[in-house]
Amino acid sequence: MSKEYVDMSTPVIEMRNIVKKFGDFVANDGINLTVHKGEIHAILGENGAGKSTLMNQLYGLLKPTSGDILVNGKKIVMNNPRDAIDAGIGMVHQHFMLVQPFSVTENIVLGTEPVKGVKLDMATARKNVVEISERYGLSIDPDAKIEDISVGMQQRVEILKALYRGADILILDEPTSSLTPQEIVELIAIMHNLVKDGKSIIIITHKLKEIKESADFCTIIRMGKYIDTVDVDKVDENDLASMMVGRKVSFKVDKPEQTPGEVVLDVKDLHCKDYRGIEIVKGLNLQVRRGEIVGIAGIDGNGQTELVEVITGLRKGVSGHILVNGTDVFNKPPRFGFEHGVSSIPADRQKHGLVLDFSIEDNLILQNYEENPFSKRKVLQRDPIFKHATQSIDGYDIRPRQSEKRPAGTLSGGNQQKVIIAREVQNDKDLLIAVNPTRGLDVGAIEYVHKYIVDQRNKGKAVLLVSFELDEIMSLSDVIDVIFDGQIVCSIPGKDANENDLGLMMAGGGKKS
Amino acid sequence: MKKKSFLDSVADSTFIQILISIILGFLVGAIFLMIMGLSVGAAYGRLINSVTSLKGFSYVVVYSVPYIVAGLSVAFSFKTGVFNIGAEGQFVVGSMAACVVSILCPNIPKPLLIPLCFLAAMAAGALWGIIVGFLKTKWGINEVLSMIMFNWIAFYLSNFIAGLPAIKSEGSAEATKNIAANASMLFSKDFIKRVGLCPTANWGILVAIAMMLIVWFIIEKTTLGYELKAVGSNKFAAEYGGINVNRSILTALAISGALGGLAGALQLMGMGSRISIFSSQEGFGFAGIVVALIGVSNPFGVFVSGLFYGALMYGGSKLNLVGAPTQLINVIVGTVVFFIAISVIFKNLNRRRARANRNAEAAIDKRASLQKEDKK
Repeated sequence: MSKEYVDMSTPVIEMRNIVKKFGDFVANDGINLTVHKGEIHAILGENGAGKSTLMNQLYGLLKPTSGDILVNGKKIVMNNPRDAIDAGIGMVHQHFMLVQPFSVTENIVLGTEPVKGVKLDMATARKNVVEISERYGLSIDPDAKIEDISVGMQQRVEILKALYRGADILILDEPTSSLTPQEIVELIAIMHNLVKDGKSIIIITHKLKEIKESADFCTIIRMGKYIDTVDVDKVDENDLASMMVGRKVSFKVDKPEQTPGEVVLDVKDLHCKDYRGIEIVKGLNLQVRRGEIVGIAGIDGNGQTELVEVITGLRKGVSGHILVNGTDVFNKPPRFGFEHGVSSIPADRQKHGLVLDFSIEDNLILQNYEENPFSKRKVLQRDPIFKHATQSIDGYDIRPRQSEKRPAGTLSGGNQQKVIIAREVQNDKDLLIAVNPTRGLDVGAIEYVHKYIVDQRNKGKAVLLVSFELDEIMSLSDVIDVIFDGQIVCSIPGKDANENDLGLMMAGGGKKS
Repeated sequence: MKKKSFLDSVADSTFIQILISIILGFLVGAIFLMIMGLSVGAAYGRLINSVTSLKGFSYVVVYSVPYIVAGLSVAFSFKTGVFNIGAEGQFVVGSMAACVVSILCPNIPKPLLIPLCFLAAMAAGALWGIIVGFLKTKWGINEVLSMIMFNWIAFYLSNFIAGLPAIKSEGSAEATKNIAANASMLFSKDFIKRVGLCPTANWGILVAIAMMLIVWFIIEKTTLGYELKAVGSNKFAAEYGGINVNRSILTALAISGALGGLAGALQLMGMGSRISIFSSQEGFGFAGIVVALIGVSNPFGVFVSGLFYGALMYGGSKLNLVGAPTQLINVIVGTVVFFIAISVIFKNLNRRRARANRNAEAAIDKRASLQKEDKK
């Protein structure tokens, strides 16, 4: 960032020596934060470092134990988000708070609707919304229903909602975690538009690349302590990572050379339709051999999601064959595929991967609760189940420890993913399918997940990796298959790949005629 | 560790919440009594006296049996993610099935006839559940809607069967014939007199206890319970894990329906001796929903709340002796359920703040474990 809009003389937010205690526990231990007018300021820290706690204090959801918050140079005390909004602070939460069946306009004006007498004045509301969206270059359809628009659009609505309430300082909590790469590019452009207009933005994130691309300054928090505030232009991603975790982090995945074995997964001429009934996988062919990782690179919506759903039995295909070790699992139920060698780390860990109400020990036996020793004559055997959970928690570094009986929903995202990995890896199947396995995880957890995926490959398993993170595909894959418009358009060795060529082919530039 | 305030622990304990709801129910009842100018002491004294004598308590137990088993039926459905609002209809068809079997084969010996009646009732109730389940899994028809309709189908079917020549009472009564003596679960007259129990004392409570244990065992201990609960809490993950979701929904509704039907048989073979041609639904199944709610769908909780409900129903019927309306009981029960529901809403209202706190707690957990590692 060029910092051309940053006005260093006017700090809009100052948090001085913020301490937040929960009982004996110090969640924020003397944190300082200064944000100027026109600045994009990133707050970087691992999950659990205390960044959300800090921001919740700035938005009036929590009260600091000690320390001062100054807005525009004036010390203020915030008792609830209403006070924060009045002070010109707006927050876009990671999980959006929108009324699904309402229109975009209705959601934006909700709570501050213009009225004519006692009647809602929707015409004025709509006009105001259009005006504000044009002013900041956030184009939206004011009449669309929330349930019909994409996640990226919903986020724009949230941002507009904050702006409509007069926010000059925007807090974005993990704004990119549910966005596609294109939507991320658009979001960064929007952020630049906003600071040009004199707004200030605080983004909470653990994605280093996005900090480099968007932020002016970055404050690093580790284990509740203030580490440093750095000028983003003067550091690289490695510096940021080691400040965040307190040790050197390796981005490179060590992967010994090995010759792949026989074919495990053989997808032949697969056709399937998406939820609207439109053909989305159009005669796709794909092979994965023992001891190799095949990465599927592609822009979301080109059929990769449906491809995986058909292989794992969650979606019915139209025609084709899916051979796993020679057995056709096409249009068979998930249990059949599982019994014939398919295990997978699903894209949506909370929807498909885990029963969040179930304890960790019960989640770890989701596919094999019927097998000895976990059950005998249809009766669950609690001792072996518990022992299995204890071993998995130790072996896969699931935190906190002694959490066998805790509901999976109480774990952090990274640890939820570790539960799934522990389960799928221990199932010891010939084929492992991983879809966006590191989505929403912090660097430490990513390193860990990658290590397990590569371990599976080294043990001679076939691995199919689908990811929207191009970096992840390039660093892990032995072979990269580019998917475009429902077909694999080219297949290249992982070591020969570069981002530009891949990007071009993902956009359809490499289509074979 | 963070110390919990008293209020926090109240909010965390379902037991205390329910206890408070029940106390509030009685307080609201007391307000109504005072408005009507009646003595609170006399009414509640009467209520307590009428259920604490041996005879009174035996009435309570007898009254409770169908409520407990209907409550188990609804609780089982809650645990497995379907809402069995159709317990009413299952109760009606179950009781009619038992009635028909006993009238048509009165000469089968008691040790055979009683289980046969139970089986017929459970089969009829299960069938009622499965039809609804089939509509749901095949065409996605919401089970709540079809169950309410099936409650009425059961009601009119029961009235129709009760009017058939082979079943209808030979006298002028608008009811079925009495069930066969061999199908009655009543204790012998001598025994009842000797011990001083109520005239309808029967051993149905043993069946209720057995059902409570069986339901608990299925839900907590078996692979079947694991499957049903998994489908109930997250059918996507269950399907992904290889569980047949539709089959699970059908199984859950069949078991729940069988319990509803059995409740009907227990009522008929215990307290009643015949089925009247009703002008409205009797409401045992709907009471089962209340019992399941108060018992927080825990089999043991349902047992206790069923006894509580039976005590209110029996004690309430004695209230007119002190000039208080028996409807007072409905006010109390309604208020209790209202406050239990409110405690759920209250939790949701606090969700935002709770989320902030939870994030903080997750941070604490994570950090605590990191610090432990650092020390190593």
